[in-house]
Amino acid sequence: MDASVVSAAQMPDYGDDMAVDNESDDGNTHIVTPGEVVTRDTAFMRGHGTYTEDDALVASMAGVVDRVNKLISVRPLRTRYNGEIGDVVVGRITEVGPRRWKVDINARQDAVLLLSSVNLPGGVQRRKTESDELQMRSFFGEGDMLSAEVQAFFQDGAASLHTRSIKYGKLRNGSLVIVPSALVKRTKSHFATLPCGVDVILGLNGYIWVAKHVAISPEIVNQPDALYHNENEPISDAERQTIARVCSSIVALSRHNNFINDTMIVYTFEASMGHPVKDMLKPDICQQIVLAARAQFREASLQ
Amino acid sequence: MSRLEIISPEGLRVDGRRPLELRRVNSRTAVLSQADGSAYIEQGNTKCLAAVYGPREPTKRAALLHDRALINVEYSVASFSSGERKQKLRRDRRLMEIASTIKRTFENVILTTTFPRSEIDIYLQVLQIDGGALHTAINAATLALVDAGIPMTDYVCACSAGYVNNQAILDLNYLEESAEIPTLTVALLPKSGKITMLGLESRLHLDKLEPVIQLASDGCKQLKENIDATIRESTKSLAKTILQ
Repeated sequence: MDASVVSAAQMPDYGDDMAVDNESDDGNTHIVTPGEVVTRDTAFMRGHGTYTEDDALVASMAGVVDRVNKLISVRPLRTRYNGEIGDVVVGRITEVGPRRWKVDINARQDAVLLLSSVNLPGGVQRRKTESDELQMRSFFGEGDMLSAEVQAFFQDGAASLHTRSIKYGKLRNGSLVIVPSALVKRTKSHFATLPCGVDVILGLNGYIWVAKHVAISPEIVNQPDALYHNENEPISDAERQTIARVCSSIVALSRHNNFINDTMIVYTFEASMGHPVKDMLKPDICQQIVLAARAQFREASLQ
Repeated sequence: MSRLEIISPEGLRVDGRRPLELRRVNSRTAVLSQADGSAYIEQGNTKCLAAVYGPREPTKRAALLHDRALINVEYSVASFSSGERKQKLRRDRRLMEIASTIKRTFENVILTTTFPRSEIDIYLQVLQIDGGALHTAINAATLALVDAGIPMTDYVCACSAGYVNNQAILDLNYLEESAEIPTLTVALLPKSGKITMLGLESRLHLDKLEPVIQLASDGCKQLKENIDATIRESTKSLAKTILQ
């Protein structure tokens, strides 16, 4: 198709400042594909997912058009995690390096966790000594899971994390569920304790940690080794079952491309109670419980 | 030597197509749950599965590029893909050459500079061969890359064409390819018409080159409509569930 032949009818009107950003004429979201001209109006700035070619703003991805004032970007619906400062993420240590750890956070590069941005046992504001550097592997070793916050970005786009809060740190007593990062929305809190006695950390990178609920006391910071030990608490069979059920609930939601938050997990969990955990992910049962959870969510939001 | 009749007096080919007709195309995206992007395409009886991982941390530190993403293509052909079962060689030269051709095809189209120090892996598996495995694999890779949300200036569409009985024919199948017909494979960017890959492995008279390229390019543009429809369909259904 010739790029210059774009009928006015198939393009939403971006000329009007008051126009709703991604609504097109037929009321649907404006979907573009790579190489498609988004607009020829030079008043717009190009955002992510677009490039300019002879005055035309062209999409480089398949996705929906987002407009913020004069900035037009194309948001793909399935992509790797793109971090923002302040995001809560769950990651896995892939490498221990000089004064830093490399953390897999499902982004386009491994994130960096500097030794200076973790809390070490024995006082929050303590200087990092050479001996700390030598025993970095005793804090985080390869394969360890952790929760952290995105603190900054390096020039090349790699994220720098920090765990300087009691909320963040090494993860134990649970299991990891990986979902597409687009399904986890930014909310006030990404740490939830479900009524069934299970802690859930909804990492914005699509890594979700489901663990047995363990109360954290502020004193833990001062206990040496309490922060970084590798021993799980005793977990009973019933607790294991509950954790497995929560994990399967999350997987069920992600199979149906449903967004994931604590309420939605609880609704799916409750809807699944009639089925044994091992049957939850059979396609028909999976669909049934997700539909039930969606119905309940809609009902709750109407009240 | 008994020659197979490629075009019958009625103007039909061995599989009943007209000379300028493409085979039936059937494609889907997001067929694998683990990959960042995946696609499956059937062009006639040639079937290919593509999986794209990335952009992600490079597996080999030495290969890392500081200013752009590294593209890695692995192309393999299933041992059950053709009439005779083939024992797979560990490092087949021929397959590696095809993989590097596909890699070069996409290097110019993917906006690699947006992902410095990363790696994009494209895994292509041809499940059944009935001619045109290379262009089917390129189309599958395009679909999978778009599905993975990797920025590209345009689609890459590929198609083959040959020349026989004073006539150019489009999208050759296995019987036609093995009948010593010169076969040309073209990969192009349908919007600008720029050609990113052109492959010809046998002799073709220079005068005939132009019409054959033209025909293959027309085939690519037809395929683009098909690929675009698949992408639009899958994006629309994703938008419906995710943006509810």
